[in-house]
Amino acid sequence: MSDRARSVFRRLCLGLFVASFAAQSFAAEVERWGLNMTEGVTSVSRNIHSLHMNILWWCVAIGVVVFGVMFYSMLVHRKSKGAKAANFHESTLLEVVWTIIPFIILGIMAVPATATLIEIYDSEEADIEVLITGYQWKWKYDYIGQELSFFSLLSTPKDEIYNRSEKNPNYLLEVDEPLVIPVDKKVRFLVTANDVIHSWWVPDLAVKKDAIPGYVNAAWTKVDKPGIYRGQCAELCGKDHGFMPIVVKAVEQQEYDAWLAERRAASAKLKALSEQTFSFDELYAQGQQVYEQLCAACHQANGEGVPPMFPAIKDSPVATGAMDKHLDMVINGSPSNPTMAAFGPQLSELDIAAVVTYQRNAFGNNMGDQLQPIDVLKAKQ
Amino acid sequence: MAHGPAQGIRRWLYTTNHKDIGTLYLWFSFAMFLLGGVFALVIRAELFEPGMQIVEPEFFNQMTTMHGLVMVFGAVMPAFVGLANWMVPLMIGAPDMALPRMNNWSFWILPFAFAMLSSTLFMDGGAPNFGWTFYAPLSTTYAPPSVTFFIFAVHIMGASSIMGAINIIATIVNLRAPGMSYMKMPLFVWTWLITAFLLIAVMPVLAAVVTMMLFDIHFGTSFFNAAGGGDPVMFQHIFWFFGHPEVYIMILPAFGVVSAIIPTFARKSLFGYSSMVYATAAIAFLSFVVWAHHMFTVGMPLAGEMAFMYMTMLIAVPTGVKVFNWVATMFKGSMTFETPMLFSVAFVILFTIGGFSGLMLAIAPADFQYHDTYFVVAHFHYVLVPGAIFSITAGVYYWLPKWCGNMYNETLGKVHFWTAFIGLNVTFFPMHFAGLSGMPRRIPDYNMMFADWNMISTVGAFLFGAAQILFLFNVIATIRSKRPASDEVWDRPEGLEWTLPSPAPYHTFTKPPPLS
Ligand code: HEC
Ligand code: HEM
Ligand SMILES: [Cu+2]
Ligand SMILES: [Cu+2]
Repeated sequence: MSDRARSVFRRLCLGLFVASFAAQSFAAEVERWGLNMTEGVTSVSRNIHSLHMNILWWCVAIGVVVFGVMFYSMLVHRKSKGAKAANFHESTLLEVVWTIIPFIILGIMAVPATATLIEIYDSEEADIEVLITGYQWKWKYDYIGQELSFFSLLSTPKDEIYNRSEKNPNYLLEVDEPLVIPVDKKVRFLVTANDVIHSWWVPDLAVKKDAIPGYVNAAWTKVDKPGIYRGQCAELCGKDHGFMPIVVKAVEQQEYDAWLAERRAASAKLKALSEQTFSFDELYAQGQQVYEQLCAACHQANGEGVPPMFPAIKDSPVATGAMDKHLDMVINGSPSNPTMAAFGPQLSELDIAAVVTYQRNAFGNNMGDQLQPIDVLKAKQ
Repeated sequence: MAHGPAQGIRRWLYTTNHKDIGTLYLWFSFAMFLLGGVFALVIRAELFEPGMQIVEPEFFNQMTTMHGLVMVFGAVMPAFVGLANWMVPLMIGAPDMALPRMNNWSFWILPFAFAMLSSTLFMDGGAPNFGWTFYAPLSTTYAPPSVTFFIFAVHIMGASSIMGAINIIATIVNLRAPGMSYMKMPLFVWTWLITAFLLIAVMPVLAAVVTMMLFDIHFGTSFFNAAGGGDPVMFQHIFWFFGHPEVYIMILPAFGVVSAIIPTFARKSLFGYSSMVYATAAIAFLSFVVWAHHMFTVGMPLAGEMAFMYMTMLIAVPTGVKVFNWVATMFKGSMTFETPMLFSVAFVILFTIGGFSGLMLAIAPADFQYHDTYFVVAHFHYVLVPGAIFSITAGVYYWLPKWCGNMYNETLGKVHFWTAFIGLNVTFFPMHFAGLSGMPRRIPDYNMMFADWNMISTVGAFLFGAAQILFLFNVIATIRSKRPASDEVWDRPEGLEWTLPSPAPYHTFTKPPPLS
């Protein structure tokens, strides 16, 4: 080997070494920076990922050719390099060729895309069905036939959002109560909405389905790895659209069964509470919790609202007026403005009693009266 | 020789001169571009890092909505109408537009529309906050009171666009110089002719959909209200039946502008003129049958999903033909890179990148992951900013010496180009990654995993903003400078406009020019 060849060879080896090293840390960097679509944990999500990579590489290939020719002529065919302009300006052959080649590429892409689409649309024969309802700004999960339903709300504290305390790693992607599903089971989601359009999206499941009032859309998933998968609402739905995350917890079947039993017992207990009587302080404390979780998004934690969009509760004619009018507003919503939703179907009797009691006595309203769950039950009937 | 312009403000208020009206349109659209840009910078500033810092979510939504509306209807569309006003008569050898009084009217209602739209920012309940796509029922039952003003503003903009379109069609069909057959028209004239037909076809659809909103809000109908038996998805079908052709309304004239510029600086005529015309027509036709690719996740039947996927993929073919023709025009040319050429070359490269991401979005199953994420934001900004905005900028640099008779400062032009080019890519390229890793669009706050990309985007956005100040400065300096441009301005450019003196006299082609 000549000296020159040897030095080239040595450099090549060094280059390869550095490149392989760089590739490794590159992969780590890709991970850290979040560069690409997730492969996810379902067969659909993996198919979509491979479609995505395929079409991406086709684009890169076309780009290399087109930009290659373009940069070549920009470098070589310059006036400053003495290039003389040629005279051609037509070629039917070329036009035909560059119409047909993209056509063929698209044909090649269309086949697997169609197959995946068919797979996505096949939500039949599910093991479990969950009705997902979008509300401004929370999700409700109904386990159909299981007599279990609950709301799932953002649990990130306001202090983190307003930079008064350190943000935790799941900032804005955490909820008070996740959707729990078993792994390796086909779960069908029926997706709808109660007010405006939302969209239920979890990237790792590759499920994104619009939640539309008056429509029930079907989607499905079959997760093959236990874990916690996070997503967000993907359709602009008003003020707190950025604050209604989705958390799905996929667990083994036994764990799922245990969770289901426990969760059902808990909600039965909650139902029983509507028969009991509570002290003012208990109601007030519970009411404050409900208020901050559900009402403060619009009426604000200090009760001053955001007039004229969201009225104040402080000194509100309703909250300082007749009890039955106030209760009616909370149970049935506003007759004139759907933004004030009917909370009757959403909250337990205890929670409604508590939040009404709270609103009548907090923010200096000091009405001094209170409401028991049993009164709410009566009003509902 | 006919008389010159009137003096003072009356010249502009009463003018029926196509050059004056073109100038008004262009200045107006630049003002709107800056306004929309300020809204964008508010958005980017809030997204600089995780956490809420500068604005509240409610106001953030108003900013995204107003940004989109002002950019689409205030910046891009009027700018192209302005270019058409100036250039179509000069390119076809006509003395003026065919309907000069309507021309005056179609411009002068625009400032009122945008004054009305902007005034909503100061109203109780704030400006429209439902996105530029204003999906019902968020924009009807749940909208702030200012939505009514938004509806009327859209009506006025639509009326203005329709009048502009009628005028352009009437001009092109009737006022071509003898001997200028359709297949001899410059491509800019062709693309505008087709765009004008698109406008006439879809602006009434937009007017219809906002009128239905108005009825839902004020007169108790339930077109889009599910509780009353209406259909929120129907809103989206109607909106996108307007909306998809609308995106081509914003890009076809851009194709025309760069098809004028690239041959000049490659010193070689446009490759495949007739295939360019046919491709434009094909794109315009296909743009009517792809609208539901914006709705892949609303739960359409499988067959609908497939049909719209195939049609959308198909539209990439004529778009590809255009790009290949531009590259073939440059090939074996004798190129120089003055500012208009720089913007045009950047147009071809970056628009193609936007086309690639469009192709990816067309794959319906993959769109389930892309839809309503920052990936889509990256896509349409790559087609709109380097597409529409860069081509308009290129056109301004290219024709400015003809308009005002002075040569612009080339160095400043190049500095403007490079800041804009770098700013644009730093702003929008990272959005692909943010979207792919899961960041939804239209959110005021996000998890830390998206923080790096967002910070980079924000820095780029301010750089891009600064570039526009350079542009403004350069244009004003050119108008006031004393460096006269030659009549041809460039190195033997093609087109009737270059046979006129610089600056172009107030009245031109009062006698049809002889065509060689
Ligand atoms: C999505 C925003 C939103 C949420 C969340 C919300 N409200 Fe309201 N609320 C409104 C709006 C809007 C009105 C005004 C309704 C009207 O004009 O008729 C209102 C009115 C009221 C009123 C009457 C106030 C007055 O003076 O007119 C009461 C009481 C009330 N809400 C209680 C509640 C309670 C209790 C909760 C939580 C369980 C709650 N709201 C959650 C939007 C909201
Ligand atoms: C020619 C210039 C183009 C313009 C101006 C343009 C503009 C836009 C805009 C504004 C959106 C955003 C819609 C939203 O609000 O969600 C969009 C989305 C989309 N574009 Fe384009 N586009 C262009 C070209 C293309 C091409 C060539 C394709 C395909 C081959 C394409 C495919 C799509 C798809 C599929 C979406 C929907 C994405 C989604 O909603 O998830 N576009 N485009
Ligand atoms: Cu949302
Ligand atoms: Cu479209």
